[in-house]
Amino acid sequence: MMAPLFTSKLLIVLIFGTLFGLILGVLPGLGPTTGGALILPFTMTLDPLSAIVLLTSIYCAGTYGGAITAVLINTPGTPAAAATCLDGYPLAQKGEAGRALGMATVSSTVGGIFSVIVLVFFAPVLAQLAYEFGQPEYFALAIFGLTMLASIGEGSPIKNLIAGAFGILISTIGKDFMTSIDRFTYGINELSVGIGFIPVVVGLFAISEMLTQSTLLDQVFKRVALKAVKLPSLDDYKKTWKTILRSSGIGSFIGVLPAEGGTVASLIGYSEAKRFSKEPEEFGKGSIEGIAGAEAANNAATGGAMVPTLALGIPGSATTAVILTGLIIHGVRPGPDLFREQPDFLYGIFGAMLIANVLFFIFGFFGAKLFARITLVPNKILWPMIFAVSVCGTYSLSQSIIDVWIMLFFGVLGFFMRRFGFSVVPVIIGLILGELVEGTLRQSLVIFDGNWLMFLTRPIALTFFILSLIALAFPLLRSKKRKK
Amino acid sequence: MNNVRNKKRANKSLPFFFKDEFKVFFVIIFVSTILLVTTFTFDKVPPILNRGIQPATFPKGLLVLIMFLTAVIYYLSFKNPWKKEKKLPKPFFLTILSFILFIIISKTLDFFLAISVLSIFVSYNWGEKRIFYLLLVGILFPLVVFIFFEMILGLRFPPGIITNLYYY
Repeated sequence: MMAPLFTSKLLIVLIFGTLFGLILGVLPGLGPTTGGALILPFTMTLDPLSAIVLLTSIYCAGTYGGAITAVLINTPGTPAAAATCLDGYPLAQKGEAGRALGMATVSSTVGGIFSVIVLVFFAPVLAQLAYEFGQPEYFALAIFGLTMLASIGEGSPIKNLIAGAFGILISTIGKDFMTSIDRFTYGINELSVGIGFIPVVVGLFAISEMLTQSTLLDQVFKRVALKAVKLPSLDDYKKTWKTILRSSGIGSFIGVLPAEGGTVASLIGYSEAKRFSKEPEEFGKGSIEGIAGAEAANNAATGGAMVPTLALGIPGSATTAVILTGLIIHGVRPGPDLFREQPDFLYGIFGAMLIANVLFFIFGFFGAKLFARITLVPNKILWPMIFAVSVCGTYSLSQSIIDVWIMLFFGVLGFFMRRFGFSVVPVIIGLILGELVEGTLRQSLVIFDGNWLMFLTRPIALTFFILSLIALAFPLLRSKKRKK
Repeated sequence: MNNVRNKKRANKSLPFFFKDEFKVFFVIIFVSTILLVTTFTFDKVPPILNRGIQPATFPKGLLVLIMFLTAVIYYLSFKNPWKKEKKLPKPFFLTILSFILFIIISKTLDFFLAISVLSIFVSYNWGEKRIFYLLLVGILFPLVVFIFFEMILGLRFPPGIITNLYYY
């Protein structure tokens, strides 16, 4: 399975990706999604497998890296590490930062490896099922993906739906792919080819975060001292092994659903850990189970989110949307045919994720203290540098200055979206799925001779539509239950 | 008496058009309306070539959906008003200004000069006053980025007063 990885080049890529992912995860505001988008143009110099290995190792290590800052400065390096702050920081304040980070490292590794196993077994099964899918089924599946994203993602479901629809709308800019008629181009030639993914994602994540950081300059972080990361004691293992396994399962399952993978998974993993705990009163005060529950779940979501990405071409999270873009720009079309025609390529990805989980365990265990020092780089130095890389990376893909302006526009837009409670992740997923949604809808209507009701005669499509309705009704039921 | 009157005035809620909920609602509806009107200008495909629906139909549907959902969130905000956001600080506006400067300089003078100016401007306004660090972010780092993209990735940057010194 790992044969393609035993080349020195791929191992170097893997080690670099893991280290880079850890650095991105440690730095609040960056993270694997922004980092992946920033590095995407650089991957053009690599072969497809090396490029995807680089992106997936950044994904795995970046998700774990968020825990280091969550424990030491009470600020999640990535949104997925938000739940880790709840117990990681209080435990660190008690002088047990090493123990907290040790548990975060072990549970992240177990969660990550568990999810790769799920990926290895589940993705081919899903890909096999996808052979049954025609255009109407893919349309229904994409709609299901977007409604799931709206309903179990962070924030207001309606705002998420608006953001998702906006993402799809962006994908309609340019020449209509079926008739070559210009849409929303306003006579600007550069817009005829549409709006690229990279300017939008770098703008929405990196530039909008830069603007957010400009509003937080007076924020002061209190750092907890760390001597060394300690492996959990036997008592800690006895206390947490069930939690780690449960959260690994939860995280993998949540990851498979198209949503904000790790963030939602860690919150559910944490709350389930509390529900099953014999000492729920300790949660929020430095519970070791709380750290294990959150960290196993968010890392387990990485493998889970790769399942629909590879098997169906539907991204399971924002970072997998970046990975999906990487696959597409390298000429690899995800879906059932990928499993039949390029199994070595897939095994390379599976193996890379497995090794990345082991590598971040080693780097995290021995280097957490060093990585924590990266947060000492002041924002007034760091963000102008990130801006320079963002601008050059965005420019490099099609060597167009218009792309840089589009990036700045989406940066400002993303800032205001986040300020008013609109998540930017659905925009990215909408943009990725836009062509699929419109293309499959229009082709289905050709098949159905314009009769919309024919969608209801396709059992798989009908199932996805019903699931979409349930997904939309879920937040309403949840808020009613909360009021009661 | 005056104090009581002033207090009442202070407690009186803002007019609806000053509230975030209305501003967001207005901007989305306004932009969507303009885009919706634009869709009516799209060329139509003759029936014999038309596959499924006209190219304008899908974006029209999306825009109507966005407008409908925006109306719903605005309606819901009467019951549950949004969290009031803090006023934006000065560095935010200066960062936006730096973006505008970047666009102007990159268009008229030089791409890398624009990056340098923005980096120094942002770093200085975010509180960095030490010359060495300003030079690091404004000159040394963009130079490293330029060399990396130009030599390793083989990228050609747009011509400009500084970039031309290297190219010619």
